[in-house]
Amino acid sequence: MAERERAPAPPDGGVFVARAQVMSADDMRRAITRIAHEIVERNAGVAGVALIGLQTGGVPLAGRLAGELERIESVPVPVPVGSLDATFYRDDIGLRPLVPEAVTDIGFGLDGLTVVLVDDVLFTGRTVRAALNALNDYGRAVAVQLAVMVDRGHRELPIRPDYVGKNLPTRRDEMVDVSPSGVSIGSVVR
Amino acid sequence: MTATHLLSVADLGTDGIEEVLRVTDSFVEVSARAIPKVPALRGRTVVSLFFEDSTRTRLSFEAAARRLSADVMNFAVSSSSVNKGECLRDTVETIDAMGVDALVVRHGSSGVPWQVAGWVGASVINAGDGAHEHPTQALLDCFTIRQRRGSLEGLRIAIVGDVKHSRVARSGVLAFTALGAEVTLVAPPTLLPPSLEGWPVTVSHELDPVLVKADVAYMLRMQSERMTGSLLPSRREYTAGFGLTRRRAALLPDGALVMHPGPLNRGVEIAAEVAGMPGSVITSQVANGVAVRMAVLYLLLGGAG
Amino acid sequence: MSATGAAVVRGGTVVDATGRRRADVLVVDGRVAAVGTGLDVPTATTVLDASGCVVAPGLVDLHAHLREPGFEESETVETASRAAALGGYCAVVAMPNTEPAVDSAAVVRHVQQLGERALCQVAVAGAITVGRAGRQLAPMAELAEAGVRLFTDDGAGVQDALLMRRALEYGRGLGVTLAQHCEDAALAGGASMHEGEWSSRLGIPGAPAEAEELMVMRDLALARLTGARLHLLHLSTAGSVELVARAKAAGVPVTAEAAPHHLVLTHAEVASYDPVFKVNPPLRTAADVAALRAGLAGGTIDAVATDHAPHPQEAKELPFDQAPPGMLGLQTCLAVCLTELDLPVERTLALLSWQPAAIAGLADQHGGPVAPGAPANLCVIDPAATWVVDPATLASRSTNTPWRGRTLTARVRHTLFRGEPVVVDGRATR
Repeated sequence: MAERERAPAPPDGGVFVARAQVMSADDMRRAITRIAHEIVERNAGVAGVALIGLQTGGVPLAGRLAGELERIESVPVPVPVGSLDATFYRDDIGLRPLVPEAVTDIGFGLDGLTVVLVDDVLFTGRTVRAALNALNDYGRAVAVQLAVMVDRGHRELPIRPDYVGKNLPTRRDEMVDVSPSGVSIGSVVR
Repeated sequence: MTATHLLSVADLGTDGIEEVLRVTDSFVEVSARAIPKVPALRGRTVVSLFFEDSTRTRLSFEAAARRLSADVMNFAVSSSSVNKGECLRDTVETIDAMGVDALVVRHGSSGVPWQVAGWVGASVINAGDGAHEHPTQALLDCFTIRQRRGSLEGLRIAIVGDVKHSRVARSGVLAFTALGAEVTLVAPPTLLPPSLEGWPVTVSHELDPVLVKADVAYMLRMQSERMTGSLLPSRREYTAGFGLTRRRAALLPDGALVMHPGPLNRGVEIAAEVAGMPGSVITSQVANGVAVRMAVLYLLLGGAG
Repeated sequence: MSATGAAVVRGGTVVDATGRRRADVLVVDGRVAAVGTGLDVPTATTVLDASGCVVAPGLVDLHAHLREPGFEESETVETASRAAALGGYCAVVAMPNTEPAVDSAAVVRHVQQLGERALCQVAVAGAITVGRAGRQLAPMAELAEAGVRLFTDDGAGVQDALLMRRALEYGRGLGVTLAQHCEDAALAGGASMHEGEWSSRLGIPGAPAEAEELMVMRDLALARLTGARLHLLHLSTAGSVELVARAKAAGVPVTAEAAPHHLVLTHAEVASYDPVFKVNPPLRTAADVAALRAGLAGGTIDAVATDHAPHPQEAKELPFDQAPPGMLGLQTCLAVCLTELDLPVERTLALLSWQPAAIAGLADQHGGPVAPGAPANLCVIDPAATWVVDPATLASRSTNTPWRGRTLTARVRHTLFRGEPVVVDGRATR
C-alpha cells in the first residue's frame, strides 16, 4: 500500500480494490531501466552515488534500481543501498502516532555522496520532506535527488521528483498501489 | 497504545507489549546512529518526579526523552526534602499547571502513580511504585530476552530472590507470562508474597533443580535492609541457598541468559565473575532501557498534541 | 420546640425491645408523656410527622472518635454530635485517643463540658494506660469517679499481658468495662491493609487475621481468669467471631461489636489505592464479612459501632501506606445497616440502640422501651427514603466516607434528644 500519507490507522484499515492497471510488470521494468540510465547520465556515472529506499514501497525499487545501475556501468563495487523509515520525522502525525513499519538501515556515511531517494509513489510530498529531515542526521550529502515510480500529483509542499516512472493524474480520494506485478489505481473498501 | 498512561504492565496486555517491543526496534537503531536524535516529540515536556533515589532509571528516562527531542525537567525529590505529610497532590498539581505532557513518577509507596493520574491531565508513566510495579523494567527485560532468544514463548524463566518486596518481579511475572513464558519463583518462604493466589507461576525453595532447566536466570537484588525483621538469618545463608555462584552458573543450560535489574550486590545474589559471563545480558538490559523508554514515550505522546 | 415544651411524633410505628405497635408519642419536658393512638395533645404542640416511619429509641454508638481536644481540624465534639444526631444517635461514647489522651479527670471534664452543648449525649471513655502508652495503668478510679464507664487504649491494643490482667482485675473492682482494640503490634507492624491475596498483588504490607485473633484469644482467657467485664472493639475476622462464640458459650462475660464497613466492604476496595479505604482493623475477605454478618444474626456480636474516625482531606490524599487509617460512620451507619444487612428492623435496632446502651452503662437514659416516664431520646426513621451519600453535604468536618456515591435506603427524619428535636425533616435544628 503506497498511501502512507493518508493511510488509515490499522483498526480503520480496509482492503484495496483495483479499478484499473496503469502499468504492467514489463512497463515497470522498462521504467527502472530508463531511470537507471537517467541517473547515470545526470551524475556522469555511478561513482559517489548511493540509493536510499523509503520504507516500505521504495525499498524493493531501490534494490532493483541498484541492480540496473551495476549492470549498465559494470562497476566492480556494488552501489550502496540503504533503507529509511521517516516516521519519526513526520509533521503530520494524526490522532494516533504512526508506528514505524520497518527499521532504518543505512550502513554508510553520507558525506560526499549524492543520495538518490527512491519511493514508489509521490503524493503530497510529506514523506519525502520527512526523509530529507532524517537524512540530515546521517551526514551531509553533496546532493539529494528523488526517483519515484509514480507521481500522482496533489503536492502540498514544494517537492519535485528528478526521475519519474509515470506521471499519473488521480483524484484525491483514489489510491495507487505499486507491487511487483504492476501499478494499479483503485480505492480502499472498509 | 490508546491509553494515556503507563501505570501497570497489565494495562498493555499482550498486544500492547508487542507493540512497544516492535517500536523499540526502531529506537535501538536511532540510538546507534552518530546523531541519536529524532524530532518526534519536539515541543513536548517530560517531567521526572522521583521521590526515591534512583540515578540510573531517572537518567535512562531523561536520555530517552532527549533523544526524542522533548524538553526535560527534573524534580529529584529525596525523602528528606519532602516530609511525610507534605502534600503530594499540591506538588503534582503545580507541575501539571505548567502545562507538561508527561510525568514520570517513582515513589516508595505502592499506588502513587494511580493517585497522581487522577489529579493531572498529563500522561503518567510509572517508573516504580513501592513494591508494586516497574513496567518499563519488565518491558526492557522482555526486549532483551527477545534479542537473544527470539521469542519468550515457552521459555522457562526463573525469578530468584526477594520477590515479596520486588516491583521488578511483579511486573516481570505479568509481562513474561503475557508473552507465553513459564515463570518459576525461587525464594525462601519468608521472601515470597503471603498469597500467590492468581499468580500464573510455580514456586520452588531450591535453586539448583530449577537452574538446570532454566532458559533465563533472573536474579533480584538482595537488599541489606532485608536482613532485619527476621526475614533471613544472614546474608551468608541467603547466598548459600539462593546466590548465583560460579558453581550454580555452570548448571545452566547452554544459551541460558543471566539477568539482573541492577544495581548488583556482587557476592550476594550474584558472583562478580558470573555477571561478566557470556550468558549475562546485564549491560544489554541497561542499553535497551533507553530504547524501550523512548518507545513508551513515543507511543504515549506521539499523537497530536 | 413549642412554647409548652411539648412535641408529638405522629403517625409512626413504635419499635422497641418490647415489640412494635402503631402509636403516636407525646413528649413533654424531656420525657415521654404518652404513647398510643387518639392522644390528648395540648394545642401549640410541635408536630413531627412520622407517617410511614419507625419510631425507635435513639441509637447509641459505642465507638466514635470526636477528635477534641487536639485534632479539631478534622472534627469537634459539636460537629460530630451533629453528624450523630442526623444518623439517629442520641448518645455517643467518645474514644480517649485525643491530644492529650483521656487519662486524667481534668480531660474527662473538659470533654464532658464540650458535650454539654452537643446534639447528643457524649459519654467519655477513659484510657487504660497513661498516655495510652501501654506501660502504666491510668488512674481508673479517678476517671470512674468523673463518670467514665468504659476504658480502652483504642487506636492500639494493650500489648503487655500482665498489665492487661491487672487492668481487668482493677476494673472489676470498680464495676467498669474494659474494651480492647485487638491488634498484636509485632505481627501487624508496618501493615496498611489485610495480608492476603490483594496485599500480595498490590505490594502493600499487610497484617494477617491472626494479628487480631491472637489478642482476642489472650483477652478472652484473661477475662475468664479475672471474671472482669470485657468488650471487644471492631471485630473484623471470622476467627475472632468463632473465638467469641465459644467463650460466650463457656460463660465468659464478654461483649463484642463490629463496624459497618467490616460488614460490607472487602480488601478488594484497596485496588483503587484510595486511602479512604484504609482503616484499622483493615477491610478483610468476603469470608470474614460473611462470618461477621452471621455473628450479628446469631448473637455472638452484640452491637454495631461506627468507629467514626474523621481525617482531613490532605491526610487522606497521602500515599496509601502513609495515610492515617479511619472512616466516617455516624451519619451513615443506620442507613448502611438497613440497606445492606438482611436483618429485621427490630434486630438492627437492638444492635444499634438498646444493646450498646447496656454495654455503655447508659441503659437508664437510652435504648429503653418507649413508654411514659422514659427519657425522650428517640429517632424517627423513614425506611423507604433513598439518598445518595455526598461527602460535601455530610455534617462532619471531614469527608472520608467509604460510602461516597452509594445509594442508601433508609433515612433519619427526626431525632429527639432529651425531648428536644435536634433533627427535623432530615435537617439539624442547630
